Amino acid sequence: MLEHYLSLFVKSVFVENILLAFFLGMCSFLAVSKKVETSVGLGMAVIFVMTITTPANWFIHEYLLKDGALAWLSASFATVDLSFLGFITYIAVIAAMVQLVEMILDRYSPKLYSALGIFLPLIAVNCAILGASLFMVERNYNFGESVVFGLGSGIGWALAIVAMAAIRHKLRYSNIPAGLRGLGITMLMTGLMSMAFMIFSGIQL
Amino acid sequence: MADQSVATPEKKKEGLFSKKNMKVLTNPFSENNPITFQVLGICSALAVTVQMRTALVMALAVTAVVASSNVIISMMRKQIPSKIRIIVELAVIATLVILVDQILKAYLFDISKQLSVFVGLIITNCIIMGRAEAFALQNPPWPSFLDGIGNGLGYGWILMAVATVREILGSGSFLGFRVIPESFYSAGYENMGLMLLAPGAFIILGLLIWIQRTITKTVHE
Repeated sequence: MLEHYLSLFVKSVFVENILLAFFLGMCSFLAVSKKVETSVGLGMAVIFVMTITTPANWFIHEYLLKDGALAWLSASFATVDLSFLGFITYIAVIAAMVQLVEMILDRYSPKLYSALGIFLPLIAVNCAILGASLFMVERNYNFGESVVFGLGSGIGWALAIVAMAAIRHKLRYSNIPAGLRGLGITMLMTGLMSMAFMIFSGIQL
Repeated sequence: MADQSVATPEKKKEGLFSKKNMKVLTNPFSENNPITFQVLGICSALAVTVQMRTALVMALAVTAVVASSNVIISMMRKQIPSKIRIIVELAVIATLVILVDQILKAYLFDISKQLSVFVGLIITNCIIMGRAEAFALQNPPWPSFLDGIGNGLGYGWILMAVATVREILGSGSFLGFRVIPESFYSAGYENMGLMLLAPGAFIILGLLIWIQRTITKTVHE
Protein backbone atom coordinates (compact mmCIF):
# COMPACT_ATOMS: atom_id res chain seq x y z
CA MET A 1 0.00 0.00 0.00
CA LEU A 2 2.77 2.35 0.98
CA GLU A 3 4.60 1.58 -2.23
CA HIS A 4 1.53 2.52 -4.22
CA TYR A 5 1.41 5.94 -2.57
CA LEU A 6 5.15 6.40 -2.92
CA SER A 7 5.01 5.60 -6.59
CA LEU A 8 2.09 8.01 -7.10
CA PHE A 9 4.09 10.67 -5.27
CA VAL A 10 7.20 10.23 -7.39
CA LYS A 11 5.05 10.12 -10.48
CA SER A 12 3.31 13.39 -9.69
CA VAL A 13 6.53 15.18 -8.72
CA PHE A 14 8.81 14.05 -11.55
CA VAL A 15 7.35 11.87 -14.28
CA GLU A 16 4.04 13.64 -14.73
CA ASN A 17 5.15 17.02 -13.47
CA ILE A 18 2.03 19.12 -13.66
CA LEU A 19 3.91 22.03 -15.21
CA LEU A 20 6.39 20.37 -17.53
CA ALA A 21 4.20 17.53 -18.78
CA PHE A 22 0.71 19.03 -18.59
CA PHE A 23 1.54 22.72 -19.06
CA LEU A 24 -0.52 23.78 -16.07
CA GLY A 25 0.24 26.94 -14.16
CA MET A 26 2.35 28.47 -16.92
CA CYS A 27 1.16 32.04 -16.44
CA SER A 28 2.42 32.55 -12.92
CA PHE A 29 5.41 30.33 -13.71
CA LEU A 30 6.51 32.75 -16.43
CA ALA A 31 5.63 35.88 -14.51
CA VAL A 32 7.14 35.09 -11.10
CA SER A 33 10.22 33.09 -12.01
CA LYS A 34 12.45 36.17 -12.25
CA LYS A 35 13.68 36.03 -8.67
CA VAL A 36 14.54 32.95 -6.65
CA GLU A 37 13.12 34.26 -3.34
CA THR A 38 9.70 35.14 -4.72
CA SER A 39 9.44 31.89 -6.60
CA VAL A 40 10.28 29.92 -3.45
CA GLY A 41 7.49 31.82 -1.69
CA LEU A 42 4.98 31.24 -4.46
CA GLY A 43 6.03 27.60 -4.68
CA MET A 44 5.34 27.16 -0.97
CA ALA A 45 1.96 28.85 -1.28
CA VAL A 46 1.04 26.58 -4.20
CA ILE A 47 2.10 23.43 -2.33
CA PHE A 48 0.01 24.49 0.63
CA VAL A 49 -3.10 25.45 -1.33
CA MET A 50 -2.93 22.39 -3.55
CA THR A 51 -2.49 19.94 -0.66
CA ILE A 52 -5.62 21.37 0.95
CA THR A 53 -7.84 21.92 -2.07
CA THR A 54 -7.39 18.56 -3.79
CA PRO A 55 -8.69 16.50 -0.83
CA ALA A 56 -11.32 19.17 -0.08
CA ASN A 57 -12.62 18.88 -3.60
CA TRP A 58 -12.44 15.11 -3.29
CA PHE A 59 -14.90 15.26 -0.40
CA ILE A 60 -17.21 17.53 -2.35
CA HIS A 61 -17.08 15.35 -5.41
CA GLU A 62 -17.53 12.12 -3.45
CA TYR A 63 -20.35 13.19 -1.13
CA LEU A 64 -22.19 15.90 -3.07
CA LEU A 65 -21.63 15.94 -6.80
CA LYS A 66 -20.92 12.44 -8.05
CA ASP A 67 -23.64 10.42 -9.74
CA GLY A 68 -25.68 9.04 -6.86
CA ALA A 69 -23.48 10.72 -4.27
CA LEU A 70 -26.41 12.21 -2.42
CA ALA A 71 -27.72 8.77 -1.50
CA TRP A 72 -26.51 9.28 2.08
CA LEU A 73 -29.03 12.11 2.42
CA SER A 74 -32.10 10.11 1.50
CA ALA A 75 -32.90 7.31 -0.87
CA SER A 76 -34.89 9.62 -3.14
CA PHE A 77 -31.70 11.53 -3.99
CA ALA A 78 -29.87 8.42 -5.14
CA THR A 79 -30.42 9.20 -8.80
CA VAL A 80 -29.29 12.82 -8.65
CA ASP A 81 -26.18 13.58 -10.69
CA LEU A 82 -24.76 17.01 -9.96
CA SER A 83 -21.39 16.47 -11.58
CA PHE A 84 -22.07 19.25 -14.09
CA LEU A 85 -21.75 21.68 -11.19
CA GLY A 86 -18.19 20.49 -10.63
CA PHE A 87 -16.27 23.36 -12.21
CA ILE A 88 -18.04 26.13 -10.36
CA THR A 89 -17.83 24.34 -7.00
CA TYR A 90 -14.15 23.49 -7.28
CA ILE A 91 -13.23 27.01 -8.23
CA ALA A 92 -15.25 28.38 -5.30
CA VAL A 93 -13.44 26.07 -2.88
CA ILE A 94 -10.10 27.11 -4.34
CA ALA A 95 -10.93 30.81 -4.14
CA ALA A 96 -11.97 30.44 -0.50
CA MET A 97 -8.76 28.55 0.36
CA VAL A 98 -6.63 31.17 -1.34
CA GLN A 99 -8.35 33.86 0.70
CA LEU A 100 -7.50 31.88 3.83
CA VAL A 101 -3.84 31.50 2.87
CA GLU A 102 -3.72 35.21 2.12
CA MET A 103 -4.98 36.10 5.58
CA ILE A 104 -2.60 33.67 7.29
CA LEU A 105 0.40 34.99 5.38
CA ASP A 106 -0.60 38.60 6.02
CA ARG A 107 -0.69 37.86 9.75
CA TYR A 108 2.43 35.70 10.14
CA SER A 109 4.72 36.58 7.28
CA PRO A 110 4.06 40.12 6.02
CA LYS A 111 7.36 40.13 4.15
CA LEU A 112 6.42 37.16 2.03
CA TYR A 113 2.93 38.60 1.70
CA SER A 114 4.18 41.82 0.18
CA ALA A 115 6.75 39.99 -1.95
CA LEU A 116 4.06 37.82 -3.52
CA GLY A 117 1.83 40.84 -4.02
CA ILE A 118 -0.67 40.40 -6.80
CA PHE A 119 0.34 36.80 -7.43
CA LEU A 120 -1.18 35.46 -4.24
CA PRO A 121 -4.79 36.23 -5.21
CA LEU A 122 -3.90 35.02 -8.69
CA ILE A 123 -3.21 31.53 -7.28
CA ALA A 124 -6.99 31.24 -7.40
CA VAL A 125 -6.76 31.29 -11.17
CA ASN A 126 -3.59 29.24 -11.29
CA CYS A 127 -4.54 26.46 -13.69
CA ALA A 128 -2.35 23.99 -11.80
CA ILE A 129 -4.59 24.11 -8.74
CA LEU A 130 -7.84 23.59 -10.59
CA GLY A 131 -6.07 21.14 -12.89
CA ALA A 132 -5.02 18.98 -9.95
CA SER A 133 -8.63 18.82 -8.76
CA LEU A 134 -9.91 17.97 -12.23
CA PHE A 135 -7.28 15.27 -12.74
CA MET A 136 -8.21 13.86 -9.35
CA VAL A 137 -11.83 13.56 -10.47
CA GLU A 138 -10.98 12.23 -13.92
CA ARG A 139 -8.64 9.55 -12.58
CA ASN A 140 -11.00 8.46 -9.78
CA TYR A 141 -8.48 8.80 -6.98
CA ASN A 142 -9.50 7.78 -3.48
CA PHE A 143 -8.96 10.03 -0.48
CA GLY A 144 -5.40 8.94 0.31
CA GLU A 145 -4.39 9.19 -3.33
CA SER A 146 -5.87 12.66 -3.64
CA VAL A 147 -3.80 13.91 -0.69
CA VAL A 148 -0.61 12.39 -2.10
CA PHE A 149 -1.39 13.63 -5.60
CA GLY A 150 -2.12 17.17 -4.38
CA LEU A 151 1.09 17.31 -2.35
CA GLY A 152 3.17 15.74 -5.10
CA SER A 153 1.87 18.02 -7.83
CA GLY A 154 2.43 21.04 -5.62
CA ILE A 155 6.02 20.02 -4.91
CA GLY A 156 6.60 19.29 -8.59
CA TRP A 157 5.34 22.72 -9.56
CA ALA A 158 7.42 24.43 -6.87
CA LEU A 159 10.50 22.49 -7.97
CA ALA A 160 10.05 23.58 -11.56
CA ILE A 161 9.55 27.27 -10.76
CA VAL A 162 12.53 27.44 -8.38
CA ALA A 163 14.77 25.71 -10.91
CA MET A 164 13.60 28.11 -13.61
CA ALA A 165 14.19 31.13 -11.37
CA ALA A 166 17.74 29.94 -10.73
CA ILE A 167 18.39 29.54 -14.45
CA ARG A 168 16.93 32.95 -15.26
CA HIS A 169 19.11 34.48 -12.57
CA LYS A 170 22.20 33.15 -14.31
CA LEU A 171 20.84 34.15 -17.68
CA ARG A 172 20.95 37.81 -16.77
CA TYR A 173 24.58 38.00 -17.87
CA SER A 174 24.17 36.31 -21.24
CA ASN A 175 23.84 38.01 -24.56
CA ILE A 176 20.51 36.94 -26.03
CA PRO A 177 19.15 38.09 -29.42
CA ALA A 178 16.78 41.03 -28.86
CA GLY A 179 13.54 39.36 -29.96
CA LEU A 180 14.23 36.27 -27.90
CA ARG A 181 14.70 38.09 -24.63
CA GLY A 182 12.17 37.54 -21.87
CA LEU A 183 9.37 35.23 -22.86
CA GLY A 184 10.99 33.59 -25.87
CA ILE A 185 14.11 32.29 -24.17
CA THR A 186 12.08 31.25 -21.13
CA MET A 187 9.87 29.07 -23.31
CA LEU A 188 12.88 27.47 -24.97
CA MET A 189 14.43 26.76 -21.58
CA THR A 190 11.21 25.31 -20.26
CA GLY A 191 11.27 23.02 -23.28
CA LEU A 192 14.76 21.84 -22.39
CA MET A 193 13.78 21.39 -18.74
CA SER A 194 10.75 19.40 -19.72
CA MET A 195 12.97 17.22 -21.91
CA ALA A 196 15.24 16.67 -18.93
CA PHE A 197 12.29 15.66 -16.76
CA MET A 198 11.27 13.12 -19.37
CA ILE A 199 14.18 10.89 -18.39
CA PHE A 200 12.22 10.01 -15.26
CA SER A 201 9.49 8.46 -17.36
CA GLY A 202 11.14 5.04 -17.45
CA ILE A 203 11.25 4.74 -13.68
CA GLN A 204 9.03 2.05 -12.22
CA LEU A 205 8.56 1.86 -8.47
CA MET B 1 -1.98 42.33 -17.44
CA ALA B 2 -0.17 45.17 -19.07
CA ASP B 3 -2.82 46.76 -21.15
CA GLN B 4 -2.65 50.17 -22.66
CA SER B 5 -6.05 50.20 -24.30
CA VAL B 6 -8.07 51.38 -21.32
CA ALA B 7 -10.43 53.78 -22.98
CA THR B 8 -11.62 57.02 -21.47
CA PRO B 9 -15.37 57.31 -20.98
CA GLU B 10 -16.89 58.81 -24.11
CA LYS B 11 -19.84 61.15 -24.09
CA LYS B 12 -20.56 61.45 -27.76
CA LYS B 13 -22.26 58.65 -29.62
CA GLU B 14 -19.99 56.66 -31.84
CA GLY B 15 -20.64 54.17 -34.63
CA LEU B 16 -20.58 50.45 -34.04
CA PHE B 17 -17.52 49.99 -36.20
CA SER B 18 -15.79 53.28 -35.52
CA LYS B 19 -12.03 53.46 -35.81
CA LYS B 20 -11.54 53.11 -32.10
CA ASN B 21 -13.70 50.00 -31.92
CA MET B 22 -11.90 48.41 -34.83
CA LYS B 23 -8.62 49.09 -33.09
CA VAL B 24 -9.95 47.31 -30.01
CA LEU B 25 -10.83 44.37 -32.23
CA THR B 26 -7.62 44.10 -34.21
CA ASN B 27 -5.03 45.10 -31.63
CA PRO B 28 -4.88 41.66 -30.00
CA PHE B 29 -3.98 39.99 -33.31
CA SER B 30 -0.43 41.23 -33.36
CA GLU B 31 0.89 44.06 -31.25
CA ASN B 32 -1.09 43.21 -28.14
CA ASN B 33 -1.50 39.48 -28.62
CA PRO B 34 -2.70 37.78 -25.43
CA ILE B 35 -0.19 34.93 -25.69
CA THR B 36 2.96 36.42 -27.12
CA PHE B 37 2.72 39.88 -25.54
CA GLN B 38 0.51 39.82 -22.50
CA VAL B 39 1.84 36.34 -21.62
CA LEU B 40 -1.59 35.04 -20.69
CA GLY B 41 -3.25 31.72 -21.29
CA ILE B 42 -0.16 29.76 -22.18
CA CYS B 43 -1.25 26.57 -20.40
CA SER B 44 -3.99 25.51 -22.73
CA ALA B 45 -2.17 26.94 -25.73
CA LEU B 46 0.35 24.14 -25.37
CA ALA B 47 -1.72 21.23 -24.18
CA VAL B 48 -4.33 21.14 -26.93
CA THR B 49 -2.07 21.76 -29.90
CA VAL B 50 -0.98 18.21 -30.67
CA GLN B 51 -3.74 18.11 -33.28
CA MET B 52 -5.34 20.80 -35.39
CA ARG B 53 -8.87 19.61 -34.60
CA THR B 54 -8.57 20.00 -30.85
CA ALA B 55 -6.83 23.34 -31.27
CA LEU B 56 -9.64 24.60 -33.48
CA VAL B 57 -12.36 23.56 -31.05
CA MET B 58 -10.44 25.01 -28.14
CA ALA B 59 -9.94 28.33 -29.93
CA LEU B 60 -13.66 28.58 -30.69
CA ALA B 61 -14.60 27.65 -27.12
CA VAL B 62 -12.27 30.25 -25.65
CA THR B 63 -13.47 32.94 -28.06
CA ALA B 64 -17.09 32.22 -27.16
CA VAL B 65 -16.38 32.30 -23.44
CA VAL B 66 -14.21 35.42 -23.45
CA ALA B 67 -16.66 37.36 -25.63
CA SER B 68 -19.73 36.47 -23.59
CA SER B 69 -18.02 36.87 -20.23
CA ASN B 70 -16.78 40.29 -21.32
CA VAL B 71 -20.31 41.33 -22.29
CA ILE B 72 -21.91 40.02 -19.08
CA ILE B 73 -19.28 41.51 -16.79
CA SER B 74 -19.36 44.78 -18.64
CA MET B 75 -23.13 44.97 -18.23
CA MET B 76 -22.77 44.35 -14.50
CA ARG B 77 -19.73 46.57 -14.04
CA LYS B 78 -21.61 49.30 -12.17
CA GLN B 79 -23.22 46.81 -9.78
CA ILE B 80 -20.19 44.68 -8.86
CA PRO B 81 -18.58 45.85 -5.59
CA SER B 82 -14.87 46.07 -6.23
CA LYS B 83 -13.95 43.99 -3.18
CA ILE B 84 -15.66 40.84 -4.35
CA ARG B 85 -15.23 41.36 -8.07
CA ILE B 86 -12.87 38.40 -8.53
CA ILE B 87 -15.34 35.87 -7.18
CA VAL B 88 -18.18 37.41 -9.23
CA GLU B 89 -16.05 37.18 -12.37
CA LEU B 90 -15.14 33.60 -11.57
CA ALA B 91 -18.79 32.69 -11.08
CA VAL B 92 -19.73 34.21 -14.46
CA ILE B 93 -16.84 32.52 -16.24
CA ALA B 94 -17.39 29.14 -14.58
CA THR B 95 -21.07 29.18 -15.57
CA LEU B 96 -20.19 29.92 -19.19
CA VAL B 97 -17.55 27.19 -19.20
CA ILE B 98 -20.06 24.67 -17.84
CA LEU B 99 -22.34 25.59 -20.76
CA VAL B 100 -19.52 25.11 -23.27
CA ASP B 101 -18.54 21.83 -21.66
CA GLN B 102 -22.11 20.48 -21.81
CA ILE B 103 -22.45 21.56 -25.45
CA LEU B 104 -19.17 19.88 -26.38
CA LYS B 105 -20.17 16.71 -24.55
CA ALA B 106 -23.49 16.66 -26.39
CA TYR B 107 -22.30 17.37 -29.94
CA LEU B 108 -18.55 16.70 -30.12
CA PHE B 109 -18.06 13.90 -27.64
CA ASP B 110 -14.80 12.54 -29.11
CA ILE B 111 -13.09 15.91 -29.06
CA SER B 112 -14.45 16.66 -25.62
CA LYS B 113 -12.84 13.41 -24.40
CA GLN B 114 -9.52 14.36 -26.02
CA LEU B 115 -9.57 17.81 -24.48
CA SER B 116 -10.26 16.13 -21.10
CA VAL B 117 -9.59 18.53 -18.25
CA PHE B 118 -8.61 21.39 -20.51
CA VAL B 119 -12.20 22.44 -21.17
CA GLY B 120 -12.65 22.95 -17.45
CA LEU B 121 -9.38 24.79 -17.32
CA ILE B 122 -10.79 27.52 -19.57
CA ILE B 123 -12.08 28.90 -16.25
CA THR B 124 -8.58 29.58 -15.10
CA ASN B 125 -7.35 30.70 -18.50
CA CYS B 126 -5.81 34.00 -17.55
CA ILE B 127 -6.92 35.63 -20.81
CA ILE B 128 -10.55 35.59 -19.77
CA MET B 129 -9.94 36.83 -16.26
CA GLY B 130 -7.38 39.32 -17.53
CA ARG B 131 -9.73 40.84 -20.11
CA ALA B 132 -12.55 41.04 -17.58
CA GLU B 133 -10.28 42.88 -15.15
CA ALA B 134 -8.47 45.08 -17.62
CA PHE B 135 -11.19 45.88 -20.12
CA ALA B 136 -14.75 44.82 -19.35
CA LEU B 137 -14.81 46.48 -15.93
CA GLN B 138 -14.17 49.89 -17.49
CA ASN B 139 -15.94 49.74 -20.81
CA PRO B 140 -19.49 49.42 -22.16
CA PRO B 141 -20.72 46.07 -23.51
CA TRP B 142 -20.14 46.58 -27.25
CA PRO B 143 -16.42 47.44 -27.12
CA SER B 144 -16.02 44.72 -24.51
CA PHE B 145 -17.58 42.25 -26.91
CA LEU B 146 -15.20 43.30 -29.67
CA ASP B 147 -12.29 43.11 -27.27
CA GLY B 148 -13.36 39.59 -26.31
CA ILE B 149 -13.65 38.46 -29.93
CA GLY B 150 -10.31 40.07 -30.75
CA ASN B 151 -8.50 38.43 -27.89
CA GLY B 152 -10.15 35.09 -28.54
CA LEU B 153 -9.05 35.17 -32.16
CA GLY B 154 -5.61 36.48 -31.27
CA TYR B 155 -5.28 33.49 -28.95
CA GLY B 156 -6.78 31.23 -31.61
CA TRP B 157 -4.33 32.03 -34.36
CA ILE B 158 -1.33 31.30 -32.15
CA LEU B 159 -2.97 27.99 -31.26
CA MET B 160 -3.49 27.23 -34.95
CA ALA B 161 0.09 28.12 -35.80
CA VAL B 162 1.53 25.89 -33.09
CA ALA B 163 -0.89 23.06 -33.91
CA THR B 164 -0.09 23.21 -37.63
CA VAL B 165 3.62 22.79 -37.02
CA ARG B 166 3.14 20.12 -34.38
CA GLU B 167 0.66 18.05 -36.32
CA ILE B 168 2.53 18.16 -39.64
CA LEU B 169 5.94 17.45 -38.13
CA GLY B 170 4.71 15.14 -35.40
CA SER B 171 2.15 12.95 -37.14
CA GLY B 172 2.54 13.90 -40.80
CA SER B 173 -1.09 14.92 -41.08
CA PHE B 174 -3.22 18.06 -41.06
CA LEU B 175 -6.73 18.10 -39.59
CA GLY B 176 -6.47 14.31 -39.61
CA PHE B 177 -5.64 14.06 -43.33
CA ARG B 178 -2.27 12.67 -44.34
CA VAL B 179 -0.14 15.37 -45.99
CA ILE B 180 3.27 13.74 -46.06
CA PRO B 181 3.12 11.23 -48.96
CA GLU B 182 3.93 7.57 -48.41
CA SER B 183 6.93 7.80 -50.71
CA PHE B 184 8.65 10.03 -48.16
CA TYR B 185 8.29 7.39 -45.49
CA SER B 186 9.61 4.64 -47.77
CA ALA B 187 12.54 6.93 -48.56
CA GLY B 188 13.40 6.95 -44.88
CA TYR B 189 11.51 9.98 -43.55
CA GLU B 190 10.22 9.62 -40.04
CA ASN B 191 7.74 11.58 -37.96
CA MET B 192 9.28 13.68 -35.26
CA GLY B 193 8.03 12.10 -32.07
CA LEU B 194 9.35 14.95 -29.97
CA MET B 195 6.75 17.29 -31.47
CA LEU B 196 3.94 15.29 -29.89
CA LEU B 197 5.48 15.59 -26.45
CA ALA B 198 5.58 18.53 -24.09
CA PRO B 199 9.07 19.84 -25.00
CA GLY B 200 8.10 20.20 -28.66
CA ALA B 201 5.24 22.50 -27.70
CA PHE B 202 7.45 24.72 -25.55
CA ILE B 203 10.11 25.02 -28.21
CA ILE B 204 7.70 25.77 -31.06
CA LEU B 205 5.98 28.48 -29.03
CA GLY B 206 9.35 29.92 -28.01
CA LEU B 207 10.44 30.16 -31.63
CA LEU B 208 7.09 31.64 -32.66
CA ILE B 209 7.44 34.34 -30.02
CA TRP B 210 10.96 35.05 -31.23
CA ILE B 211 9.77 35.48 -34.82
CA GLN B 212 6.84 37.67 -33.88
CA ARG B 213 8.83 39.91 -31.58
CA THR B 214 11.56 40.30 -34.16
CA ILE B 215 9.00 41.39 -36.75
CA THR B 216 7.22 43.84 -34.46
CA LYS B 217 10.54 44.93 -32.90
CA THR B 218 9.37 44.77 -29.31
CA VAL B 219 12.08 44.25 -26.77
CA HIS B 220 11.21 43.20 -23.26
CA GLU B 221 13.42 43.49 -20.19
